[in-house]
Amino acid sequence: MQVAAIALMAAAPALADTIRVAAGPDAQERLQAALIEAKPGDVVDMGAGRFDLTDGLSLDVNGVTVRGAGPDKTILSFKGQQAAGEGLLVTSDDVVLRDFAVEDARGDGIKSKGADQIVYKNIRVEWTGGPKETNGAYGLYPVESRNVLIDGAVVKGASDAGIYVGQSRNIIVRNSTAMFNVAGIEIENSYDADVHSNLATRNTGGILIFDLPNLPQQGGHNIRVFSNRVIANDTPNFAPKGNIVASVPTGTGVMVMANRNVHVVDNDLADNGTTNVMIVAYQSAFTDKAYNPLARDVVVRDNRHGRAGFAPAFPGGAELAAAMGGLFPAVFWDGVGGDSANVHFGDPVMAISLNLPAQGAAVTAAKPGPYTAPASPAPAALPTILMPAATEAAAQ
Amino acid sequence: MLALLAPLLVSASPGSHVNDALILGDTLPPRLQDFGLLVDGRTPTPGVRAYHLNTPLFSDYSEKFRFLYVPQGQKAVLKGDGLIDLPVGSVLIKSFGYPADLRAPDRDVRILETRLLIRRAAGWVALPYVWNAQGTEALLKRAGQRMSVSWTHFDGQTRTISYAVPNANQCKGCHVLGDAITPIGPKARNLNDGVQLQAMKQAGLLTGSLHGLVRLPHWDRPETGSLNARARAYLDVNCGHCHNPKGPADTSGLWLNWDQPADTNLGLYKRPTAAGRGSVGLDFAIKPGDPGQSYLVARMQSLEPGIAMPELGRATVHTEGVDLIRHWVREMP
Repeated sequence: MQVAAIALMAAAPALADTIRVAAGPDAQERLQAALIEAKPGDVVDMGAGRFDLTDGLSLDVNGVTVRGAGPDKTILSFKGQQAAGEGLLVTSDDVVLRDFAVEDARGDGIKSKGADQIVYKNIRVEWTGGPKETNGAYGLYPVESRNVLIDGAVVKGASDAGIYVGQSRNIIVRNSTAMFNVAGIEIENSYDADVHSNLATRNTGGILIFDLPNLPQQGGHNIRVFSNRVIANDTPNFAPKGNIVASVPTGTGVMVMANRNVHVVDNDLADNGTTNVMIVAYQSAFTDKAYNPLARDVVVRDNRHGRAGFAPAFPGGAELAAAMGGLFPAVFWDGVGGDSANVHFGDPVMAISLNLPAQGAAVTAAKPGPYTAPASPAPAALPTILMPAATEAAAQ
Repeated sequence: MLALLAPLLVSASPGSHVNDALILGDTLPPRLQDFGLLVDGRTPTPGVRAYHLNTPLFSDYSEKFRFLYVPQGQKAVLKGDGLIDLPVGSVLIKSFGYPADLRAPDRDVRILETRLLIRRAAGWVALPYVWNAQGTEALLKRAGQRMSVSWTHFDGQTRTISYAVPNANQCKGCHVLGDAITPIGPKARNLNDGVQLQAMKQAGLLTGSLHGLVRLPHWDRPETGSLNARARAYLDVNCGHCHNPKGPADTSGLWLNWDQPADTNLGLYKRPTAAGRGSVGLDFAIKPGDPGQSYLVARMQSLEPGIAMPELGRATVHTEGVDLIRHWVREMP
């Protein structure tokens, strides 16, 4: 009996600890030490108040929860950051980040790389000086990860994308707010994502689904954008030139570029000056033979449209709008790929195709006309994205 | 009685011989001296061997002192021109310090920190130790540390920087391939100076063929390689440990390792990916012929977090290194 009891004890994991870190002096060293010394299962509990950090922070231990007292109470300020490409970097699996804020990171806010089953819950990332080109690129930046859950985040002021998921698979972004970023929410070079029940407003572009060449993971596909409010994205583009989002016209609602099997359904789309929904091919020249620059198998249906197209902010946009009676259509496709691209519009608004002849063709080559879907069936509905049970439970 | 014991005490004190048990154990020893690898920051104990690299990583103009320990009776194995394979129980040791005046690099050197990479049975472990001001003791600092450092530069001017000892995670930030910690420096091609590897073989530390081994040029010595070869050596050593298809910067698609072909992924007409303001308003990592329009060059010249590359371990611009890369880009067809 006694032997059995001892054996049981030996098999049980070490008790999870809660490591408390208070705000105040020497925050960098104390918080970083806690993140290094944490063991799997531990909670790093950051108290209410302001943590003035001098460098990036990082976590490389699996199974750790990093928790604050609330996104308006526990504030990690990186205003005095002297190095590192992001505020907080996570490189381990099964990590939960919740209930704190990251402010004024010099680069990205929070990056997680190769970090599977990561949860971002009630996290605020903000550049407190408003939209500026000198703000960091991404607010939340999970990349190269499987099972990414972002729930209840608020991101403001990113000079690229507020919430950016790149080169990942099995992704949920929900119940989050993206404001005053260049891109509100961006899913790039990723597979199997549900982006739903978010608010994207006052960005340059609301929700972007992109794919780019010359990257380890490309061929983005199986993305659902549903039940979001994508409203009044009207902040002039402030992205540093050269970046792909610098080409996003101010006033874009949802933009799909070079992806396959994308469903834009049941969203509220209004007051986006360029257009509510834009479907396009990748524009630039590229050398990557494995890259498909076209948007294909796209369905846009059952969305509710408010006013759109009253200020088309791309070259030739004003002329196109004038030719169409003053407003640019609420839904448009560049037409690259023709019928084989299998693009389906089912919303009760005017939709046009620019009928561009080829990838990379200039807008001057457009022959805009009303769009009718091809005879081929619309892409079948995609299954709901599910997280592993423990990951979902951690976000409750 | 005490006098008789004294010699015994001295020979048994830590620091005089290498403590293999500590190296192989699973603890994180708080004191560097307990390993018995160094007498002081730049003097090894017997059995620990100094080595040098043809092209070193730039570390804010610090002087670096590199040592290798291979357990007695074992050998490192040459595996092509990449990393030499070090047996379990080996330690790579690197001390960082500044001379008072860079024009006299051997005089008045103050050692700041010593980093260990230890090959244990379960894999490599990275440990940073920081020396006290007297240089008599170095303690483990897993959370890293910043310190103000001054020296007289090549031009006679005083330079002062906030020198950063990396924390344990930042060590891994560079020293990682896939998921595992790995050495970066001791690649056969970078150790190959025509003498050093031969001597290591003769000393019984190293086995394997030196035949046909690539010899990385010295980035700053034109007689050792073409402009292209020296620039590629510099990029390999300073950038390629992250910017390679399996490294921490793989997601950028910008790969600067020695064996990367000269194509889009080397940066030629490569547009920024997830670079944010790191693009500094430019379209291409490298625009051949035009270093002023190449953000790879601009990021090497920047000191701003979020733009500066490398992201860690650089609080100054490596003017001479930037000049080399600028020259290389300008000469590109």
